[in-house]
Amino acid sequence: MKSIFLLVPLLLPAQKVDFVQDVQPILKKSCNGCHGAALQSGGLRLDGKVATFRGGVSGPALKPGSAKESVLYQRVMGMGEQARMPMGNKPLPAEQLEILERWINEGAVWPDGVGAASADIKKHWAFAAPKRPDIPAVSDPKWVRNPIDAFILAKLDKEQLKPSPEAAKATLLRRLSLDLTGLPPTWEEVQSFVRDKSKRAYEKQVDRLLASPHYGERWGRHWLDAARYADSDGYEKDKARSVWFYRDWVIEAHNRDLPYNQFLTEQLAGDLLPGATQSQKVATGFLRNSMINEEGGVDPEQFRMEAMYDRMDAIGKGMLGLTIQCAQCHNHKYDPLRQEEYYKLFAFLNNSHEANINVFTPAEQMQRAKVLNGIKEIEADLQHRHPDWAERMARWEQGLRNRTRWEVVKPEVDDISTGGQKYLMQGDSSMVASGYAPTKHRAKFTFTPQLAAVASIRLELLNDPNLPLGGPGRSIRGTGALTEFEVEVERSGQEKAEKVKVVRATADINPAERELEKIYQDKSNKKRVVGPIAFAIDGKDETAWTHDAGPVLRNMPRNAVFVLEKPIDLSDRRTKIHVYLKQNHGGWNSDDNQNHNLGRVRLSVSDDAQAEADPIPARVREALAIEAARRSPQQVQSIFSYWLTTVPEWADAQAKIQALWQEHPEGSTQLVLAERDDRRMTNVLERGDFLKPKQEVMPGVPAFLNPLPAGARGTRLDLAQWMTDRNAPTTARAFVNRVWQTYFGTGIVETSEDLGTQSAAPSHRELLDWLAVEFMESGWSMKKLHRMIVSSNTYRQVSELSPELLSRDPANRLLARGPRLRVEGEIVRDITLAASGLLNRQVGGPSVYPPAPEFLFQPPSSYGPKNWYEEKGANRYRRGLYTFRFRSVPYPVFTNFDTPNGDVSCVRRVRSNTPLQALTLLNEPLFLEAAKALGERAMQEGGKSDADRIRYVYRRTLSRDPEAVELDDLLSFLNRQRERKLGETQSWTALARVVLNLDETITKE
Amino acid sequence: MNDKLQVARRWFLEECGVGLGSLALASMAQGATVPSAVNPLAPKAPHFKPKAKRVIFLFMAGAPSHLELFDNKPQLAKFDGTLPPAELLKGYRAAFINPNSKLLGPKFPFQRYGQSGAELSSLLPHLSTVVDDIAIVKSMATDAFNHAPGQILMNTGSMIFGRPSFGAWTTYGLGSEAQDLPAFVVFSTGKKGPSGGNSCWGSGFLPTVHQGVQFRASGDPVLYLSNPPGVDAELQRDSMDTISKLNRRRLEKSGDPEIATRISSYEMAFKMQSSAPDLMDISKEPKHVLDMYGAEPGKPSFANCLLLARRLAERGVRFVQIFHEAWDQHGSLVKDITQNCKDTDQACAALVKDLKQRGMLEDTLVVWGGEFGRTPMVQGGSDGRDHHPNAFTMWMAGGGIKPGLVMGETDELGFNVTKDRVHVHDLHATLLHLLGFDHTKLTYKSQGRNFRLTDVHGHVVEKLLA
Repeated sequence: MKSIFLLVPLLLPAQKVDFVQDVQPILKKSCNGCHGAALQSGGLRLDGKVATFRGGVSGPALKPGSAKESVLYQRVMGMGEQARMPMGNKPLPAEQLEILERWINEGAVWPDGVGAASADIKKHWAFAAPKRPDIPAVSDPKWVRNPIDAFILAKLDKEQLKPSPEAAKATLLRRLSLDLTGLPPTWEEVQSFVRDKSKRAYEKQVDRLLASPHYGERWGRHWLDAARYADSDGYEKDKARSVWFYRDWVIEAHNRDLPYNQFLTEQLAGDLLPGATQSQKVATGFLRNSMINEEGGVDPEQFRMEAMYDRMDAIGKGMLGLTIQCAQCHNHKYDPLRQEEYYKLFAFLNNSHEANINVFTPAEQMQRAKVLNGIKEIEADLQHRHPDWAERMARWEQGLRNRTRWEVVKPEVDDISTGGQKYLMQGDSSMVASGYAPTKHRAKFTFTPQLAAVASIRLELLNDPNLPLGGPGRSIRGTGALTEFEVEVERSGQEKAEKVKVVRATADINPAERELEKIYQDKSNKKRVVGPIAFAIDGKDETAWTHDAGPVLRNMPRNAVFVLEKPIDLSDRRTKIHVYLKQNHGGWNSDDNQNHNLGRVRLSVSDDAQAEADPIPARVREALAIEAARRSPQQVQSIFSYWLTTVPEWADAQAKIQALWQEHPEGSTQLVLAERDDRRMTNVLERGDFLKPKQEVMPGVPAFLNPLPAGARGTRLDLAQWMTDRNAPTTARAFVNRVWQTYFGTGIVETSEDLGTQSAAPSHRELLDWLAVEFMESGWSMKKLHRMIVSSNTYRQVSELSPELLSRDPANRLLARGPRLRVEGEIVRDITLAASGLLNRQVGGPSVYPPAPEFLFQPPSSYGPKNWYEEKGANRYRRGLYTFRFRSVPYPVFTNFDTPNGDVSCVRRVRSNTPLQALTLLNEPLFLEAAKALGERAMQEGGKSDADRIRYVYRRTLSRDPEAVELDDLLSFLNRQRERKLGETQSWTALARVVLNLDETITKE
Repeated sequence: MNDKLQVARRWFLEECGVGLGSLALASMAQGATVPSAVNPLAPKAPHFKPKAKRVIFLFMAGAPSHLELFDNKPQLAKFDGTLPPAELLKGYRAAFINPNSKLLGPKFPFQRYGQSGAELSSLLPHLSTVVDDIAIVKSMATDAFNHAPGQILMNTGSMIFGRPSFGAWTTYGLGSEAQDLPAFVVFSTGKKGPSGGNSCWGSGFLPTVHQGVQFRASGDPVLYLSNPPGVDAELQRDSMDTISKLNRRRLEKSGDPEIATRISSYEMAFKMQSSAPDLMDISKEPKHVLDMYGAEPGKPSFANCLLLARRLAERGVRFVQIFHEAWDQHGSLVKDITQNCKDTDQACAALVKDLKQRGMLEDTLVVWGGEFGRTPMVQGGSDGRDHHPNAFTMWMAGGGIKPGLVMGETDELGFNVTKDRVHVHDLHATLLHLLGFDHTKLTYKSQGRNFRLTDVHGHVVEKLLA
């Protein structure tokens, strides 16, 4: 075999490289597969002269005369940071590289007429804005109820297939109810539909179901897959998080038919809309459904970037229907998306805080308004009754004593002392606690100030948008507790630092002593308390200073001042001061939300031995700093609100205001995005590595998609506008395709996450375009889209398979029959609960904990112990979508039925059929409870005879009567149990269990 | 037989390319037979003749210290208490410590064992008796230095969540020979579960049938396995039969092959209800076997799970993975690692011996290792080490692995690999090779491209092959 290679003519250096003989074979063999007539990766084809010299997205492929400056040569050599070509294959052999080098250096002569004449780059169909296609002519126009049918029938005509007849009314209503609400119809609903002989009988049902609040649950859950919704952080700690307001926003947006373009806009940029409402801010929770890694020792920036990539992936799959994440590390291999363009898109999102805001239900909002208005009224009343208030306030202002001058220090943090928590240094020398959150630690800060002597030290607790509720603490309520404030001085040349006693401490808030809340209990059985600042210098580990003065007030910036026994002399300029912030008032489990740490701190020093904490809040200080005449009414009011607390004779009003604050609702929290004031720089990252930034990029969009709207400034709002533009090629297509997939099992494009060049060929491309255009032009109304689809004859066909159809079209892509599909995991259980009568139909609210094996949430099954508060009341029987979702310990019933766990965006669920599903339906406790409830109900309400009762069970479960043979099967089953002396209740439970386990029960037929 | 059933059956055979071997013929109450639909776990042939037919992966989560177990570093002992050379630390990031921390000498003495002369520390007296059956790789390297990403990388080939695990790829490629047990079984035996959670054995974008099924060493091994209260064996059988009968009637009417699959799933579930408890009952094992592992019936332990792993392997289960999360010794290194070795060393060695005695080691691949190594630098006072991705040790045995091999070297401090570096991707490529796969060709198309366990990386480590 070796001799064959010897026959290959060796190039002699003197000979010029011949294109046809030497170069073209290399291109053909190693390049044209991806860069040829069939495929033009990176918009490049290398099979013809014109196309090659023109080049692709990276510019011209050749620079005649200089191989080193030619992209083609650079790429096959693996020069620069882009992947070496041929991608995914072995590098070209040295002799071929040499041929290419010499050919280019010799002028890259490509004889005319050699190679492909065409230089066409195929514009992938999905990259052009959809146009409304003509509606095709069909063999049987009578069958066409709306244009969907025309497209489907035209294709069936071509395949010489006939559509199936319409399904029976009961079947149809069960299908429709499961599709639109995820719940089976009641027997009364079935009966009323069967009896309704009017022309609009079916449409009436569609209207009724689309108006049901359960519509939002069913289709909201569909969106939540794409939004990778989960109730926990993921990764090792996988702490519970509060994001159900976002889940409820999705449900509610569906129910009020928020147009899809606005639906996307609010999720991408709700906070940036003028006068953004709470609900619009909540919508940005979409971007915050990313996982958060707070295991010990993480670099927070690394995992901020991971979350950014995840957001990009979710936007790609869930909104654009494109696999943009491929371009995170390199130019997209197939689609004309450059790595730089990926980071331009990324730049739209990069300028954000990962905020966590206080949110309120409508009832809580009313209560909140009552509190705030009440306070306003008291203040207005004071002003009314004391018309000289302004002069008095001005006199008070003049009398404010000169404040201590503070030198802010920029300490070094001892990494080991923080127990894994990172204190991120900010531009103002404050430090934000981030990453892992230990429940107990004693952080050590070291500094050498400019001052010659330090008599007092100030600790400021500051707000930060990235802390829960803006901080200033790190607990789930944005609070922290300071167990001890300790100071040491380390003089140069001394072996050991010596302790400096703190003799006096003051703070601008000093709550009364109270016991530590339950969530911070540490199993030590010691009485641990929080209270005034004195607790921070009493040398006791059981006491701590708290700044938690109730709702709203607890999330204000605070300060405390510590006076030293005697000033520290720093005149040698080498003496170091160590400050320890001991934070021991967290709970026992650092894998849960039990930290009670300070969130953002800043240290300052002074030589003033009389220094005290400034009682005036920062916001009031800001107002006071403004010349009186130039203050806004709000600023004046904010000064007034503080000043009134200093007026002795207004103690009554003060007490009333304090009491009102205590009535302020706690509300809930929600992760959102908030825009930063100072723009964060975005760079292309070499191979997606955040430690290897390359050139800076500004927000922008890929050239192969529609251009940015005029006047765009690079905000998330611009991104949303661009994505929902009428000319956005993939946005509407991706969505209608996923809706189609949900109805029929497979999308018109099977790869619903990818409409790019590697996507599966659409089964009915014109139908997809027609639906996309219709969707956009009818105001992006999701309900109209659903109505259109379910009204079609295509949808209404029977789902039974003839042998011919099974062999001709096993996957039902042509739709010569209706869909027959097992329902999603959550709905499997919803059906069971609905049939049994146990279902609690409450819409929305915090996630719930149906029964689950406790061991799953405890080590060694789970990494950390997790709380699973099994519901004992009505919440036990809520719909599946409300079940609490721990990412690392997904609810096993749903996992067994292919429900994704929310690690990443999912737009196409798998539909498996396994023995574990059988075991779940047969033996899982809640399914058994349902069987028991259904059996008992049949005995009570199902009529007198066994046959009637069996009919009752069938009607509730399958929306139909049993056939005679089925009735016989079940009657003899029942009698066998009686013969075994099983008892009536048990026998009926057993029978209900059989029916609840039927394939048909969990199937949309 | 009904016409539709005939067609359905023919369709499976012709369109789905499944041979008779993969058709589970379920016996029905009336004696009729219904074919199962396409079984995604039907045994499949790999690309070429495999050396290994199944895998037992002992995942030492938390990351064991190579410096206390396998990688003898006398120089590290010598430089104990001094700072590491500055050039070593250039660009190095550590999880907790300032990288410029003092070096910490190894805590345990080493000795050579067996024909191979492999060095092991005094913590591994049992493993020392099988060194000639295993291959020790001292030159492992990874990209991650935090637990969850590191574990996800070792188990799925990527630090990004959402990719299929090695076990899922294996059953996707090979199917399973176990008729009435899951193809991929997972145990968790440490102090806690792995940091990576369920994603360590997830199916990613592969069909969900390929995800690992968690077994428990006590109680019901599989969730919802036991009949619920009030349901005895007779009622369960009768219920199953009636469900199947009614499902079959529906199948006759609708012709949907999915119903046939449902029928066979129920039949399989029923079989699993008896086979799984039988599998779990290790009291039937002879005393000398129990003693060899250090297993005690009824007392959940790492040893019990390893014995169960062997029993699962015997029953045709393709992939068994034991997660033992216990090795994260930032502090209390000496005490905790000593305890870990007491808990695991004997059973690991016993598994190798047991498989060998039964002639199963030949085609069973045993893999031992964690997600990364530990720093030669100290953490805290003088009894802890931080996470270290640059170098660590794993061992493998059986299934075409070269026995008695000690491969790879690290520098004098055990900091960097200096010879025969084996990246996680290379390990995956090699293990897949032993299972009969070209790792570049075991692919699944998702999101517009073909994905593989090794992504775009990985080279088969020829030296490791027998």
